[in-house]
Amino acid sequence: MKTFQFQNKSIPFNEGDSVGAALLRAGIKSLRKSRINGEPRAMMCGIGQCFDCVVTIDGKPLQRACITPARDGAQVGIDESSAS
Amino acid sequence: MVMTPAHSITSLNSEGSQKSADVIVIGAGIVGAMCAYFSIKAGLRTLVIDRSTVASGTTGAGEGNIMVSDKSPGPELELALISRDLWFEVGNDVGDSFELVAKGGIAIARHDPTSLFDFAKSQREAGVDCRVIDRSELYEREPFINRSIEHAVYYPQDGQCQPMLAAANILRHARTAGAQLIPHSDVLRIEKSKSSTGSLLKVHTTSGEYVAPYVINASGTWAGEIAERAGSSLPIMPRKGFILVTAPLPPKIFHKVYDSDYVDNVASSEADLQTSTVVEGTKSGTILIGASRQRVGYNKNIDVSVIKKLAQQATSLYPFLADTQLLRVYNGFRPYSPDHLPVIGEDFHVQVCITALAMKVQASGYLQPVAN
Ligand SMILES: Cc1cc2nc3c(=O)[nH]c(=O)nc-3n(C[C@H](O)[C@H](O)[C@H](O)COP(=O)(O)OP(=O)(O)OC[C@H]3O[C@@H](n4cnc5c(N)ncnc54)[C@H](O)[C@@H]3O)c2cc1C
Ligand code: FES
Repeated sequence: MKTFQFQNKSIPFNEGDSVGAALLRAGIKSLRKSRINGEPRAMMCGIGQCFDCVVTIDGKPLQRACITPARDGAQVGIDESSAS
Repeated sequence: MVMTPAHSITSLNSEGSQKSADVIVIGAGIVGAMCAYFSIKAGLRTLVIDRSTVASGTTGAGEGNIMVSDKSPGPELELALISRDLWFEVGNDVGDSFELVAKGGIAIARHDPTSLFDFAKSQREAGVDCRVIDRSELYEREPFINRSIEHAVYYPQDGQCQPMLAAANILRHARTAGAQLIPHSDVLRIEKSKSSTGSLLKVHTTSGEYVAPYVINASGTWAGEIAERAGSSLPIMPRKGFILVTAPLPPKIFHKVYDSDYVDNVASSEADLQTSTVVEGTKSGTILIGASRQRVGYNKNIDVSVIKKLAQQATSLYPFLADTQLLRVYNGFRPYSPDHLPVIGEDFHVQVCITALAMKVQASGYLQPVAN
């Protein structure tokens, strides 16, 4: 099965899955911490509108997990670009 | 309180299918919310009617600046100074729930600063707290600003709020004190009706009829329509504006920073597109970029050339923005009146229909006099 990496874990996915869907299936809900109170943030709208689900993909920040198709071997990480 | 005992109705009661109140506010935007807040404080039974929901009109599209810096000496500036202080009083009363901050504004001139400095001088004489700042203070206050900018005036009184949260929380406060909100009710017609307690206004809506001796027209850009439905008229037109919203970033812009040509654009009567650079950070980390003004009716279309222009201008003020991602772009319709002034007062065609059309979120602070 194809996989991508998230925090040193291999996350399997089916062709056509979004990064967010694959993470959710693997039981990973929290994708980052909120800017103001450091609370966990997960996918919310699931349709690319709210930007709550942003992650880094291959070093690129602000990628929306919910609408970005998963790619074999991609490195997905926590997006800290908005942290103060 | 102007209301005579003959006019006041002892409870918000239902007479058949009719509900009555002391005052009916049409519109649940920031102006309607403030009207309700002050009406309830004055002890009036208050009903707020909106055809949609709270902040569904222009309040949901505004930037939330509470500015004195863009107003020339005259009645609007006098009101703005009162209004600015009222905002902070209301903020204290309602609680820190709508991101109200006195962040201060900085107006810059890219070339000849004469008109900027003259304008500031006239404002200072009218009671505005403002002063010319030198380059080192400018760069200390705004470390990320383009270093080719040398001329600036600092306005510590300028503030900001999150307008949707402001309308929602101020209205919630009024509702806790007894105001009633009737959402999803389109006001169709307002007419005079007689009753044993005196002359009343009857408001016909899609959800029924409501009567009160006083009706406040707080329907913003749509105030002309409401005036017509009351048998009167008001020359209010929509003026379209775009806002660009960036991804949240760690704080990099600390004041509301704008190109001083903004003041001319706000005061302009041209229908054609005008843009000026206005940039500011918000508490949630996003940066808001404006401002465009265009009179194109209620045309909601996204115009890419306007967005490009706003982005280019903002980038020339803050070069780091060139590498910042936009999350979204939206537009809304400001209420525009031919003389650029808020429309406040009694409508003599309808006798007791009070128009409380504020041109800006800020102007909602003007409304205490109306409620009084
Ligand atoms: C892009 C943009 C940026 C802005 N930035 C700022 C700023 O930084 N500072 C500032 O002070 N101002 C700003 N403004 C202007 C400001 O947002 C508005 O002036 C203000 O929100 C108007 O508030 P309001 O309550 O009068 O109107 P609205 O918020 O429009 O409320 C009117 C309400 O009336 C209701 N209504 C209309 N017709 C009917 C009917 N027939 N029956 C029942 N209800 C009805 C509507 O549903 C609506 O909820 C900006 C505007 C725009 C578009
Ligand atoms: S969950 Fe809302 S943008 Fe991805």
